[in-house]
Amino acid sequence: MAAELFFKSIEELGALLEAKQLSATELMRTVIARRQAVDGRVKAFNSSDDADALAQAAASDARRAAGQARGPLEGIPVGLKDVIAVAGQPLTASSKMLANFVSPYDATVTVNLKKAGAIVWGRLNCDEFAMGSSTENSAFGPTANPWDLARVPGGSSGGSAAALAAGEVCATLGSDTGGSIRQPAALCGVVGLKPTYGLVSRYGLAAFASSLDQIGPLTRTVADAALMLGAIAGHDPHDSTSFKAEIPDYRAELKKRQGPWRLGIPKEYFGAGLDPAVGAAVEQAIAFYRAQGCTIKEVSLPHTQFCLDTYYIIATAEASSNLARYDGIRYGHRAKGAKDGVDLYAQSRAEGFGPEVKRRIILGTYVLSSGYYDAYYLRAQKVRTLIRQDFLKAYHEVDALLTPTSPMPAFRLGEKSDPLALYLCDIYTIGVNLAGLPALSLPCGFTPAGLPIGLQLIGQPFREADLLAMAHTYEQAHDWHTKHPSL
Amino acid sequence: MNYEAVIGLEVHVQIRTNSKVFSRVGAGYGHPENTLTDPVVLALPGALPVMNKAALDAIIKAGLLLGCEIAPVCKWDRKNYFYPDSPKNYQISQYDQPMCLGGAVEIELPGAARNVMGEHKKIPLMRIHLEEDVGKLNHFAADSLVDYNRAGTPLMEIVSEPAMHSAEEAFAYLTSLRATMIFGGISDCDMEKGQLRCDANISIRPVGQTTLGTKVELKNLNSISFVRDGIAHEIKRQIAVLSAGGTLVQETRDYDGQTGISQSLRSKEMAHDYRYFPDPDLMPVKVDEAWKANLRAECPELPFDKQRRFLDKYAVPYTITSVLVWDRALADFFEEAVRLGGKPQAVGNWIANDLLRELGAAKLPLAKSKVMPAHVAGLVTLIEAGTLLPNAAKEVFAEMFATGDQPAAVVERKGLRAAPVDVGELEQWCRDAIAANAKSLADFKAGKDSAINGFKGSVMKAAKGKADPKRVDETLRKLLAGM
Repeated sequence: MAAELFFKSIEELGALLEAKQLSATELMRTVIARRQAVDGRVKAFNSSDDADALAQAAASDARRAAGQARGPLEGIPVGLKDVIAVAGQPLTASSKMLANFVSPYDATVTVNLKKAGAIVWGRLNCDEFAMGSSTENSAFGPTANPWDLARVPGGSSGGSAAALAAGEVCATLGSDTGGSIRQPAALCGVVGLKPTYGLVSRYGLAAFASSLDQIGPLTRTVADAALMLGAIAGHDPHDSTSFKAEIPDYRAELKKRQGPWRLGIPKEYFGAGLDPAVGAAVEQAIAFYRAQGCTIKEVSLPHTQFCLDTYYIIATAEASSNLARYDGIRYGHRAKGAKDGVDLYAQSRAEGFGPEVKRRIILGTYVLSSGYYDAYYLRAQKVRTLIRQDFLKAYHEVDALLTPTSPMPAFRLGEKSDPLALYLCDIYTIGVNLAGLPALSLPCGFTPAGLPIGLQLIGQPFREADLLAMAHTYEQAHDWHTKHPSL
Repeated sequence: MNYEAVIGLEVHVQIRTNSKVFSRVGAGYGHPENTLTDPVVLALPGALPVMNKAALDAIIKAGLLLGCEIAPVCKWDRKNYFYPDSPKNYQISQYDQPMCLGGAVEIELPGAARNVMGEHKKIPLMRIHLEEDVGKLNHFAADSLVDYNRAGTPLMEIVSEPAMHSAEEAFAYLTSLRATMIFGGISDCDMEKGQLRCDANISIRPVGQTTLGTKVELKNLNSISFVRDGIAHEIKRQIAVLSAGGTLVQETRDYDGQTGISQSLRSKEMAHDYRYFPDPDLMPVKVDEAWKANLRAECPELPFDKQRRFLDKYAVPYTITSVLVWDRALADFFEEAVRLGGKPQAVGNWIANDLLRELGAAKLPLAKSKVMPAHVAGLVTLIEAGTLLPNAAKEVFAEMFATGDQPAAVVERKGLRAAPVDVGELEQWCRDAIAANAKSLADFKAGKDSAINGFKGSVMKAAKGKADPKRVDETLRKLLAGM
C-alpha cells in the first residue's frame, strides 16, 4: 500500500518532484494541512511561517521549471529544532527567555539546507535550551509521542522526532549534546544521526555545551539521513571547532559499502535497567548482523560507569557560561521594575529560565568555582579522555559498536519527575558525545504495547559513511521504518 | 624614616587590526554607536568566535620586541563575570598560559640636564596576554546605554613586575612602552581614544625592607603625565599616612588628573571568582618557529637601540638623537637624508630644529611635510659647498617648507647663491675695509682679536651679503698679518 504523501521519504518525494508528478507547492500544502490536522494533539511545533514556506516552495518550483534544481533536497520541507537560527524567524530555545526573539541571521546549517534546495519550515519544540530527555522542560508545554499521545517523544529534540513521526514534515534537524537526537528518534521510531564532533558547523546553534553539541538529521530512512548529512556537513569558517574533512557522497557510499563488519557489543550497555523488550529487540538485531556474516564481539568500555557524572560536570560547566549572555540587556526577556543593574540580571534570569536550566546553571557555576575547579571540571576532563580512549581502543578490534539507544521505550508524560531518573535515560548515548564520535539510532522493533525501539550504532570519527551503510543494510532487510502511528 | 615606593603597572593596549579579535566586523574608534557589531559581538544565540590571526601576530610581535618568551600554543580561556559592557557576560582571555612571559621594557630616566643622557634601566615584565575589549557604558539621568563598538577589539594586557620605585620611572616606562608599540605598528596608543590605558599598583616600605607594603591600585589614569602625577601624589599620601602613625588599607583609588585629587573607589576588592576555564569554542593555536621567525623579521629597531646606533655611526649628539629616535618616521627621514648625501650632524640639526619647528608652527604631521629627505640633504650639501650661506639657508628652508621646491631651485629663484667670489675682488673689499677703519686696525694690532669684526660689516656690505663669512675672516687675517 502506498504511504500517504506526508509519510514518504525524501528519496520517494524527490523522485515524484523530479518526474513533475508533484510540485513543491503541493507537497508544502500537504504538509501544512497535516500539521493543522494533528499538531493540536502532538504539539511538536513552537511556531511556523506557512506563508514563507509556500513562498520558498514556489521558488523551488520555479527553479525546477528552469532546470536549476539544486539537488536531492530540492522542494523538501525540513523542520528545525527551535535552537537553530533562521533569519527572520523566531529562535526561542523553548524558553520564556527568548519567547519574543527573532534571529537576524541564519545558522550555517540553515544556509546549507537552503543551498541544497530545501524548504526550511517550522520551529520545533524541545527541552528548554536542549536540556532534558523528554521535551517536558519546554516553556511552551510538552510535545506528545505520536505513537501514544500520553507518552513523551523523548528529548531534547522531541519536537523534531515527533513532527517527523506524525508526518508533519519530511525531515528535521535536531541537536545532540548527550543523546538529544538519538533518544527521541528511538522513542518516536525514526532515524536519528549524531555526527562526529566538528563535522557539522555549530554556528547558529544556541549553545548548550559547546564541546558536546552537534547538529544532525532526523529522517524516515537511513538513505534520507545520508542525503541530509551530505547537505549540512562540511567545514565552516564561522566555527573554529569545525573540521576540514572531505565530505563524501554519503548516499552513493551506501551501496559501495557492503560489509561484513566487525561489530562490538559493549557489555556495560546491557546491564541492569535495560527494558526487556528493548533488550530482546537489540538481540535480534545482533542476530541479523551475525547472519549477514558480521563478526560479533563483546567488548568492554570500562569507564562507562563514569559517563553520567563526567557529562553533568562538563555540560553544566559550559552551559553556565554559555547561558550567561541571556541577561535581559540586549535582547530576550527583561524583568520589569528592577532596582538596579544587578537586580535586572537576577530578576530577568529568575523569570526567564525554567527550573531545569537553573539547576544546570547552578551546578555548572559550582563546579567551575575557585577551589572546586580541579576536583570537578579538571578531573572530569581527564575522565573524558579515558572514556574516549575506551572507544578508540575498542576500535582496534571492531568497526563499530552496537547498543540499545535508550534503556526504555517512551515513558508517560510526568512519569519521571525526579531529575536524576531522567538523566538515566541518556546512559547509552552520553559516552558518544564525551568521545566526540558519530552514532546513529534506527528503528529495530516495537514493544508489546506498540512503542518504537531504537538500535544504536556507534562509529569511528568521521566514518559516517560506514555507519550509514551498516544501518542501511539492516533497514533494507526490515520494514520497521514503513510503519506509522495512526493519528 | 625613609620610605621606598614599589610600583607595578598594568597596561592595556588595543591592537590596531582591521576587524575585531573574534569576528569579521570592523574595529575602530569614533563610529556611530553600535554600528561595529554583528551576531558575534552582540553575543546573539548561536554566535561563535573565530580568532583573528592579525591580533595574534601583533601580540607575538610585541613579545618579541620586549624580549618575552613566546608560548608555543595560544590557548583561550573564559573569564566569567556579569557586567553590561560585556555582551557574553564572559570575556575571552588568557589565564594560565599567557602568550608572552618575561621580557623587559628599557627606560631612560631624566639626565642631569636636557642635553645629558640619563640613566638607563630595564623594567622586567611578568606577562602579556591577549583578550577582547568590552563595550562602553554611557550613563544618563534616567538610564544607562551601552555602545558595543569597542567590544571585541583586540586588547593586550601588559603586566610589569613591581619593579619601579618612582613616578619618574613609571613615566619613563610608559613612554618607552608606548613608543615600542607604535614602532612595532601594534597600536597607535592614543590614550584619549582609550588605545592605551594604565592602572598602577603602588605601595611603600621602609628602605631596606624586602617584603611589600599594603598595595593601593590607582585607576583611571588617562594620560602619561597623569600617571606620573597620580603616582607621585599617591606615594606622598601613603608616606603622610604612615608618618602620622596611621595604617594604609588595601583599596582602589581614582585619581583625577585635572584636580590632582584621589579618592577611594572601594576598599579591598571583593574576592572575584571569575571561574576561568578553557574556551571550548576556540581551538588552541600552535605557534611554531617559522611563524615567530617571520614576525621577528618584521620587528623594527627600538628607539634606544636606534639612539645608540646614531651616536655610534653618525656621531650625532644626544640632544639631536633624543629628538629623532622617538619618532620612527622622523628617524627614517633622518637616515634617508643622510643616505642622500647630507652630512649627518647638519641633517640632524635641520630636522630636529628647523623642520620640527616649522611643522609645529603649521600644525602639520611629518607625513604632510613638503620638505622631504632629499630637500634637507640638498640644502646641507649646498651649505657645505659654500654655495649657500647660513643666513640665506634659513630663508631657503622656509621657502622649501612652503612650496616643496628643491633647494637649488629656490636658491636660483631668489638669487641667494653665494657669489662666486673672485679672490681678487674679495681682497679688494677687505683692503678697502681695513683702510676705512683705522681705529679697528690699531686695536687689532694692539692684540684685540675681536677688533677684526669691525672690518667684516663693511666687507659684507660691499659683497651684498653674498660673501662666505669664513673666507672673509681668512682673507682679513691674511692681509692684517702682512701689515
